[in-house]
Amino acid sequence: MINELKDLSSPDKFHNPISIKSHDLKSLYKMLESMILIRKAEQQLALARKNGDIGGPVHLGAGQEAIAVGISQSLQKTDRVFGAHRSHSHLLALNPDFYRLFAEVLGKETGFSKGMGGSMHLWDQPNGFYGSAPIVAGTVPLAVGAGMAAKMQNKNDIGVAYIGDGAVEEGIVHESFNLAKVQNSPVLFVIENNMFASHMHISLRQPSDMISRFAVANDIPYKLVDGNDVVAVSNATEELVKDIRAGNGPKLIECVTYRWYGHVDWRDDVDVGVKRSMDDIENWKARDPILRLSNAMKSANMWDAEKEIELNDKLDSEIKVAWEKAMNDPYPALDATLKYVYSKVVR
Amino acid sequence: MNNSATFKKYTYGTAICSAFEYLLENYPEVFVIGQGLWSPWYVGSSMTDLDKKFGVDRVIDTPVSESACTGAAVGASLAGMKPIVVQPRMDFMLYAMDAVVNQAANWSSMFGGQASPGVTIRGIINRGGEQGAQHSQALHAWFAHIPGLRVVMPSTVADARDLMIASVLCNDPVVYIDDRWLYDQEDELSSVVEMDLTTQKPLVTQTGTDITIVASGHASFLARETSIQLKKEYISSEVIDIRVLNPFDADVIVESLIKTNHLLVIDSGWLSSGFSAEVIAKVMERLPVDCLKKPPVRIALPDAPAPTSRVLEKAYYTSVNDVINAVKNILKN
Repeated sequence: MINELKDLSSPDKFHNPISIKSHDLKSLYKMLESMILIRKAEQQLALARKNGDIGGPVHLGAGQEAIAVGISQSLQKTDRVFGAHRSHSHLLALNPDFYRLFAEVLGKETGFSKGMGGSMHLWDQPNGFYGSAPIVAGTVPLAVGAGMAAKMQNKNDIGVAYIGDGAVEEGIVHESFNLAKVQNSPVLFVIENNMFASHMHISLRQPSDMISRFAVANDIPYKLVDGNDVVAVSNATEELVKDIRAGNGPKLIECVTYRWYGHVDWRDDVDVGVKRSMDDIENWKARDPILRLSNAMKSANMWDAEKEIELNDKLDSEIKVAWEKAMNDPYPALDATLKYVYSKVVR
Repeated sequence: MNNSATFKKYTYGTAICSAFEYLLENYPEVFVIGQGLWSPWYVGSSMTDLDKKFGVDRVIDTPVSESACTGAAVGASLAGMKPIVVQPRMDFMLYAMDAVVNQAANWSSMFGGQASPGVTIRGIINRGGEQGAQHSQALHAWFAHIPGLRVVMPSTVADARDLMIASVLCNDPVVYIDDRWLYDQEDELSSVVEMDLTTQKPLVTQTGTDITIVASGHASFLARETSIQLKKEYISSEVIDIRVLNPFDADVIVESLIKTNHLLVIDSGWLSSGFSAEVIAKVMERLPVDCLKKPPVRIALPDAPAPTSRVLEKAYYTSVNDVINAVKNILKN
């Protein structure tokens, strides 16, 4: 494999605080809080999966929070965002309502998908989250079409497709890139390159570790960034999204990152991972997007340990309350299985 | 008699085209996407000049990407559009199975009824002419198996137009399947009256007393021809056109059998695990034990891919004579 990502793929690099000069305190704090909230919500899910409260699989994205949070700073509620199997962060970055996420993962009727979806099928269209679905790459053409629809509707909304580095090995991604380009669809392709597809490292799956090469192949402008630097993600996205909304067609952003948990559930998966080690995981944890932002803000005297403890305590207690509430919520009525097969939507 | 001022002559093919025109004229959220739409010689008379009348932004010819185009239509439908995807051959539509089966069919259920991809996918059965295995398949039974999809097979000129309009106006994903062998049928139609697809059911197209023949799509055409021929021999057959294969309502067939006591099912797909099996199963579950005087019979394609060689091809497809003989065989003492 050609290591085109160079240092960006290295667990030993980018451990220092990030550059925050481009942002004010308010926007930095917003991103910091959003990332911590997502991290804590997922840690709660990991714990509950481990102790058996959660019956189904959870695909956790701890370590990757800067991507969804950085991207979402440029999105509006009328945009059309599509996720995949690992989409808790994509949704929570648009709507921090972790209570409804917990309820959904527990299969409760108060959840985002009325308890019919669980972790892998999340929906919150009023906040721009059109849906996540776990067929790898299955939602990518949907985002292209939702973008085409915005164009036909004369709206300046955009489609957003979150795509993993494994998903680009599916043919549909390349059809979708091509179609988006020839249709000039207003869509942002977000590549979350964590270098793993399930258990297997990208070096065993592709001839290069840089996914942006497929943007080049389709004449789609792109940016390649450190996915663990929320300011870098946010700045690159702002520029790309502005260009998309101006009518200049699809764009791609590749964010290089690493997931702390294994493919599914709470384990490290060092045993089943191919080219995955505890050393790598520990090093990547030192490249933590939250820590790097927090340290940068502390150095700039915008943030301190006391405020951090206060925020952590506040979120911990809110999560505890939300979890208990969700645990006590009702399951869907037994007729739900047949009730929703055909449309209940009134247009 | 027909009032010539309000009735107009159509073929099955031009009736489909008139449905597109009606939809594009009256519903700005309708658009059409698929291969060959700017040069629609693939699809007979069913889409002539739509791009010229409604513009290339609403009648979109595409790259050779069935999967992406169908997926894009699903996404557009979630965003409030009413797209129609045209798949000039069902065989190629298999590339789009993820968008149809995993995505469109499941989104309502997966999200507790909050999302509904109201997309219509028109799959055309285009066979014969020594085209062989990959240009011939009638795969309606596959789609009828999937909860969440509505599957429509018009066999008459009126349904070709009216079920298309009903499909597109429906909030659910619909697979609308037409058959090139039906395109030359003629009829006179009055102006459009919109129908609610969710209330459409199998219809008795010919009434009779001796036997019930149940079919869909082109097989319904064979059934109607058979019924006309049999009448000359004083055999009275009742023909039921299924029209909507999923969700499938068997009530009208059950009622008919209580009268005729004999059942023949014709299907334009293969025999094994085909839709003919579903018809018989659903009906037999409901009929009184001694209702049928003879075991039910079905005619479908042999369990083999379509051959190309003309002699083999002729024997492979069902003819009106095959159906007549089957009826006589059932009714003989």
